[in-house]
Amino acid sequence: MAQSVQTHTGDALERPPGLRGVAADLSSDQRAFKNVSWGKAMMWIFLLSDTFVFGCFLLAYMTARMSTTVPWPNPSEVFALTIGGQEIPLILIAIMTFILISSSGTMAMAVNFGYSRDRRKTAALMLLTAVLGASFVGMQAFEWSKLIAEGVRPWENPWGAAQFGSSFFMITGFHGTHVTFGVLFLLIIARKVWRGDFETERRGFFTSRKGNYEIVEIMGLYWHFVDLVWVFIFAFFYLW
Amino acid sequence: MVDIRSGAGETIPLAEVEDVELYHPKSWWTKYVFSQDAKIIAIQYSTTAIAIGMVALVLSWLMRLQLGFPGYFDFIDADHYYQFITMHGMIMVIYLLTALFLGGFGNYLIPLMVGARDMVFPYANMLSYWIYLLAVLVLVAGFFVPGGPTGAGWTLYPPQSILSGTPGGKDWGILLMLSSLILFIIGFTMGGLNYVVTVLQGRARGMTLMRMPLTIWGIFTATIMALLAFPALFVAAVMMLFDRLLGTSFFMPAIVEMGEQLKQGGGSPILFQHLFWFFGHPEVYIVALPAFGIVSDLISTHARKNIFGYRMMVWAIVIIAALSFIVWAHHMYVSGMNPQFGFFFATTTLIIAVPTAIKVYNWVLTLWRGDIHLSLPMLFALAFIVTFVNGGLTGLFLGNVVVDVPLSDTMFVVAHFHMVMGVAPILVIFGAIYHWYPKVTGRMLNEAMGQIHFWVTFLGAYAIFFPMHYLGLLGIPRRYHDLGDATFVPDSAHTLNAFISVMALTVGAAQLLFLFNLVWSIWKGRDAGGNPWRATTLEWQTPQTPPAHGNWGKELPVVYRWAYDYSVPGAAEDFIPQNHPGLGVPTRETGS
Repeated sequence: MAQSVQTHTGDALERPPGLRGVAADLSSDQRAFKNVSWGKAMMWIFLLSDTFVFGCFLLAYMTARMSTTVPWPNPSEVFALTIGGQEIPLILIAIMTFILISSSGTMAMAVNFGYSRDRRKTAALMLLTAVLGASFVGMQAFEWSKLIAEGVRPWENPWGAAQFGSSFFMITGFHGTHVTFGVLFLLIIARKVWRGDFETERRGFFTSRKGNYEIVEIMGLYWHFVDLVWVFIFAFFYLW
Repeated sequence: MVDIRSGAGETIPLAEVEDVELYHPKSWWTKYVFSQDAKIIAIQYSTTAIAIGMVALVLSWLMRLQLGFPGYFDFIDADHYYQFITMHGMIMVIYLLTALFLGGFGNYLIPLMVGARDMVFPYANMLSYWIYLLAVLVLVAGFFVPGGPTGAGWTLYPPQSILSGTPGGKDWGILLMLSSLILFIIGFTMGGLNYVVTVLQGRARGMTLMRMPLTIWGIFTATIMALLAFPALFVAAVMMLFDRLLGTSFFMPAIVEMGEQLKQGGGSPILFQHLFWFFGHPEVYIVALPAFGIVSDLISTHARKNIFGYRMMVWAIVIIAALSFIVWAHHMYVSGMNPQFGFFFATTTLIIAVPTAIKVYNWVLTLWRGDIHLSLPMLFALAFIVTFVNGGLTGLFLGNVVVDVPLSDTMFVVAHFHMVMGVAPILVIFGAIYHWYPKVTGRMLNEAMGQIHFWVTFLGAYAIFFPMHYLGLLGIPRRYHDLGDATFVPDSAHTLNAFISVMALTVGAAQLLFLFNLVWSIWKGRDAGGNPWRATTLEWQTPQTPPAHGNWGKELPVVYRWAYDYSVPGAAEDFIPQNHPGLGVPTRETGS
């Protein structure tokens, strides 16, 4: 039986059952993913590529940690803070993680209000997300300066393997850069939402394409990704 | 089976996305220099890539002069020789081949062949080129800084690449090389996202994935691979930059340099090799897959016959891409690995031969009883098949651990990879330029000059690289500045080296003729018309030649058939363009 290929003509064509239907949808004309805009598709593919960057960083760190001949410093002791005369392990990281995960929540709410075209709430929540992100970076700066004051350098540290400092600064630095860029773009997009750019379909500066509220969601994708990466860094670097 | 070539019987699909409003440049600068038009960006990419490729070509002449006539050229000392090797390799693989296939052909052909007005994000596309140009400039700056460019070999293996014994190791050279690579990767990512999203989400009505020309399949798959493989190189480059600048020890074991114990220690040089080859092996196919795709279209068009086994060709591309991510350690058989790994990687390596062989058979079967026109693109395509088979066969030798160990680091390896990923893709690039130049400029390239170029390049490449296999079997090592008086090297090897060098210069001269032809034909070439090869794919159906901004005039094309309706029985002409409703019935029933 000769059968013509699916070309998305509304309901005119019958869809083959099961996996073949999935394949026919994906390979149909114009768009492989029917309800995905160009911007969103690009963000997903970028995140896939970025996953490989962080994956390589983490794998390299794990290799270094496993193959070094000198003992690895104990993260529970290194990342402890003395509060009220009591040494509490990982307390700062716990707070940082809590803040970052919370910011994912506020971001998700912003996306929701964006689609209901509630400009004020969207912008306010994005701003809140940006503040939480900025405070994460601030605490990271505090953590860095504390470690540096204790003598941790990329090339050495007082407690053991030199790769500890190098991996720590490299990986958290690279992640922190991601958060910082995220904060900047959150502010830019929050401003656009506030100004009503997406109501008037004003053209963006970079893309010269018409803007709409989906950009809030695309921003959200990036933000959630940065959070997710942090979970892995937290697990592999601090909890190991 | 779903029929991939059905005709006008089916309903014309509705447009799902409204036509985009393009950015219209207002001045000469934004039209031709800071252009957001993929076609201009493609020409910028290609010109830059060819220009830097010429530098690499000259470097290869200098290396051959030294190898063929040791002692005659005082200015090529050992340090310079290693710098030439390093820059030649890196430029050819990344800044020429990758940039030309993806940035050049990708930018030009993707929007035209899938029936789009432009790439989906023209601004990012423009940035991609300018960052690439910056990367090239940083790379070239290496020639002018104290200590010169790095001489670490194109693989940049640490620890030697950042130690003082290597040219540029403690100077600027290695820093510029790593910075340039990082820039290249950032720039490429911007372009690569564009290519992938345009193919996935920006096609014309009726252009299903299984109607795309194989050129697009090749470039598309290679771009995805590049987006997943370049991160490993990015990470390796960042880490090595830290090792060199901050004194970290990611890749640095405990080491004595010039009689002095370094502070660094505890790092793993093998880790770098893993990261590098996790990028490096997919890179081979990032270059090869676009070549596979393009050559399929050249053969089909110039043999006036549909490609044999289109579906199989697509799946072979996808399978090769997937497999190429799990073979990287076959570059590391002599690095000291668990023998079990060697077994695993040898197996996966040899499995790749299966989809590759399918492709070769399908090309040959496409030619079988075709109406073969020995035009220049066809000549280059044929030369590619032969060369690729040659290079691929020696790959089977080197993929096996026991055969590889004695052969690695000999000229045999040089011969192998130059045949398979040097000469073979370059032949496709030439074929593609002869094929698409009429679309880009509206004029044909000069045929006589092209014939000379082809025969000198094709035969010359064999004269260069065939003898190298023999040298390799003799045990002549690669990356040696001077063979000296080693007793195992017979006199005939020196004679052969001199012969290879003369041939290398000759082939190089032919490339100058080619460049001259490129420039000369812009003004003096024969007028080409819109579709000189009578090809089916969309880029030949544009209202203007060269295509205007926005590619298609008022109406976007609608696609009714696959890209390979050549010599269809009953059709008025021997080709039916993809946007031609034409015959009402499918030309062949396939499957169940």
